[in-house]
Amino acid sequence: MSSRQAPLPSISVDNVAVIRGNRLVLRGLTVTARSGDIIWVRGANGCGKSTLLRLIAGLLHATAGSIQTEGRIALADENLALDANLTVAKALMFWADMDGASADARSAALADMDLQGLAQVPVRFLSTGQRKRASIARVLTSKADIWLLDEPYNGLDSASCARLDQAITAHAATGGIVLVAAHQPPSINVAHSLILDRPEADA
Amino acid sequence: MKAFAALVAREVRVAWTGGGLWLPVIFYLAVATLFPFVTGPDKALLARTGGGILWIAALLATLLPIERLILPDRQAGILDQLAMRGWSDELVATAKIIGQIFAFALPLLLATVVGSALIGLPEAQLGTLLLGLALALPALSGLSVTIAALTAGLSGASALGGLLLVPITIPLLIFGAGTLSENPGNAMQLLAATALAITALSPFAAGAALRAGRT
Repeated sequence: MSSRQAPLPSISVDNVAVIRGNRLVLRGLTVTARSGDIIWVRGANGCGKSTLLRLIAGLLHATAGSIQTEGRIALADENLALDANLTVAKALMFWADMDGASADARSAALADMDLQGLAQVPVRFLSTGQRKRASIARVLTSKADIWLLDEPYNGLDSASCARLDQAITAHAATGGIVLVAAHQPPSINVAHSLILDRPEADA
Repeated sequence: MKAFAALVAREVRVAWTGGGLWLPVIFYLAVATLFPFVTGPDKALLARTGGGILWIAALLATLLPIERLILPDRQAGILDQLAMRGWSDELVATAKIIGQIFAFALPLLLATVVGSALIGLPEAQLGTLLLGLALALPALSGLSVTIAALTAGLSGASALGGLLLVPITIPLLIFGAGTLSENPGNAMQLLAATALAITALSPFAAGAALRAGRT
């Protein structure tokens, strides 16, 4: 029996086009994701992977088409969104307060990303990989239904990649949705992969 | 409400750790300290002009935190994360303005007591000066957040911010200086009305600027 409340998380992107500046980034894109799905979003540089994630997150508006989501969304992209001068623990606690999450949720996220030893280190002193793990810990703390992960494996060592895979699998197993935008295939089983191409190439 | 309080507290904390709290205060007191070097130790002249100088110093001190108010949060993705959680840009701007009142306006008000002593302002004028600045500083906080949102990411944002801020603050400066006259009543009312209007409108202007700057 699932502890999640109805309705289940879902994503419906229907025939979406996006023009940014004077460039057509996405055209005629349709994506559907249901509870428990893990989707690998792939494609060449500039094909619109990050744009798609920001569209689903509600940070960009589609030029045409519609996007509907059900459930809370968390995004981990190139922007860390953690205060550089705060310790990792305090920076994460700020977002826990924003999300109404508990200190326990933050501690669990720190443990999941093996960041307990860095909890009292200011964010500005973290390495690239550690920053990425802290960013993912922010997503874990949020208890969001839908995770949008933009190049989450960049900078991670193999042990951290395995931890991230484990977190993604566990989230999907409890009914969450995960979209992973990455060049390399995730080592976990994905529901399907979404291949984006450059609309301008065949326009 | 807890989340809003957390966001305001964060603004104050960022100002505290990023130097945004002390730099305007030190600048403000430095102006108060330097002014007598220019005018000479003429007590009557200092008493007559000191209040006006502190008003100008307060306006110029408003410029100092502008670069750190919006741009770092935009670059770090903090504003995006707040927007994703359903925070309206106006509410974010309001939190930033309130944070700026705590981190900038209140310390400057306290520094005015020291600054007026350095300038040799008559005690009778100190109360009026404090009341006038207490009315104007929330408006200046709102303007600084608005201009920070408008100029975030632009090249030469700091200079542009100054060019935008100074003309807008002229009414505040005129009425504020008017409160230092022998009959401050009307000027105080006009200052209060102007400051209230600017303070009330700032979250909407800053919110619109935040929205326009999202890419």
